[in-house]
Amino acid sequence: MNHQRRVENIALTCITLVAGIIWVFPLYWAFVTSIRSEDRVVSEGAGLLPDEFNISSYVDALFNTSLIDWYINSIGTSVLITLIVLVTGMMCAYALSQMEFPGRRLLYGIVLASFMVPAQALVVPQFVLMNDLGLINKWGGIILPQLVVPVVIIVYKQFFDAVPKEMKEAVVLDGGGDYTLLFRVYLPLNWGITTALGIITFIMSWNSFLWPFLVITTEDMMTIPVGITQVNDAFGVAYARIMSVALLAAAPVVIAYLIFQKKVTEAVMISSGVKG
Amino acid sequence: MAMIRNKARHRLVAVSLILPFVAIFALVFAYPVVEVVRMSFTNAPLIGGGEWIGLDNYIRLFSDKLFYTSVVNNGYFVLLTVIPTTVIALGIALAVNRLSGRMQALVLVMFFTPYVLPVSVVTQIWAWMLDFQFGILQPVIEFFTGKSVPVFKNPNWVMPTVATVTIWWTNGFNVLLFLAGLRNIPTELYEAAALDGATRRQLFWRITWPLLWPVTALVLTLQLILQLKIFDQIYLLSEGGPFNSSYVLLLMVYREAFQLNHGGYAAAISLVLFLLIVVISVLQFQILRIGGKGK
Repeated sequence: MNHQRRVENIALTCITLVAGIIWVFPLYWAFVTSIRSEDRVVSEGAGLLPDEFNISSYVDALFNTSLIDWYINSIGTSVLITLIVLVTGMMCAYALSQMEFPGRRLLYGIVLASFMVPAQALVVPQFVLMNDLGLINKWGGIILPQLVVPVVIIVYKQFFDAVPKEMKEAVVLDGGGDYTLLFRVYLPLNWGITTALGIITFIMSWNSFLWPFLVITTEDMMTIPVGITQVNDAFGVAYARIMSVALLAAAPVVIAYLIFQKKVTEAVMISSGVKG
Repeated sequence: MAMIRNKARHRLVAVSLILPFVAIFALVFAYPVVEVVRMSFTNAPLIGGGEWIGLDNYIRLFSDKLFYTSVVNNGYFVLLTVIPTTVIALGIALAVNRLSGRMQALVLVMFFTPYVLPVSVVTQIWAWMLDFQFGILQPVIEFFTGKSVPVFKNPNWVMPTVATVTIWWTNGFNVLLFLAGLRNIPTELYEAAALDGATRRQLFWRITWPLLWPVTALVLTLQLILQLKIFDQIYLLSEGGPFNSSYVLLLMVYREAFQLNHGGYAAAISLVLFLLIVVISVLQFQILRIGGKGK
């Protein structure tokens, strides 16, 4: 590589890095704000650097809001949604991929077509239904409408289709049925894709706003994304506290993302069909 | 005989495997699809009965000024987001792709992290940064315009600002798709072209761009569908104001159904939004396919 090329490369790397730093700046700024005292936040001459380490707004956020309730609701509903979506999805995908039954093509067609229907267009009848079932302001009401994630079935089916036939034959010769096949062969062979789909489903349900916002009516039942919007009203313009709450609310998904980075990347690519 | 019994059992197993999904799907998806259509022909309040009123909701909708305002705003928002976000994501992906090892991982984390944040966290951070009195971005705005601007209370600024926030929030997803696309291009192509003395620009326009076109088309389509459904950010940042300058279709559904108790009318708006999304995405898909063939 010649000299000019190398200088150019270093320059481009620097530009990219600076752009990345600018991109995450809002998060940095939220953090710096959150560890200042309220007075300092709005005082003249409060600079870009963290000049205080005041955790009083975090203490406030944890004990003077329903943040703990919101965490419990978010964790409970998101975990249940993820589990149910994965289990029902993999079972359905296995049947679509490996079994013969009347209506198989039709079912797959419906799953594919349901991709086209935006969930947001269904909130009115879904709300009426949840009301009829007595599930307004209940975990059930938050969970049920979020259980239809067609992409999980489509991805699982693709991966099940790719499992070599010989593996199936060996189990069938030993007298194993379809349940054995699914849970002892197809699923273990696809743990990678299961974790990937699990993480993406979890993040989706953890972050979903519109539906929980509609179906929850009391503060103690709110999930995190809905709950933290209440903090504004309660605190007025108390930005240190609002930022502390926002960062506490975001922490679980951000930490999960940082731990499972590679899996998240893979999941995004697989679920949008760029990489199969 | 045994074979017939076997077949019946096989079917029973299949049914037991699909049943959980099908039952949930029928209850919370298929039935609401039918219901939204039926409700749109009634004057039902959000909860409870309502009578069949034929096309009245649609007639009312098509003479409702707010409906046209919303459609125009939806279109404006799509213009402000879809192509800019695609271009920015492609630029970032190209830049990140040049890096390697830890540096690449680090920069990718910087660009992707906003995507995993809940929408209300995103809107609160930006509301703080753009706060009229204390926002750290107000000096920047002042530098360019000469004065501070209450961006979410100014009809000219509100949509571009919400669009900027949206791009910042969701762009990481598109960056990943482009990166996957870039990694799928065989390096031999670049090596061969470089041996022939191709410049960087030629490499991009002759190899990268055409081979990346399917991903570009995918990103454009996904973004178009996503941005037509805009609600969360608008509701949290501007509530459709000021003077309805950020009023959009889904906000109209929300207002009519959940605040004004017009279930039937809201169902009609939902259905129009749904049809709009289907028609536009099919049209876009066709156009992009033709665009891809022209390459």
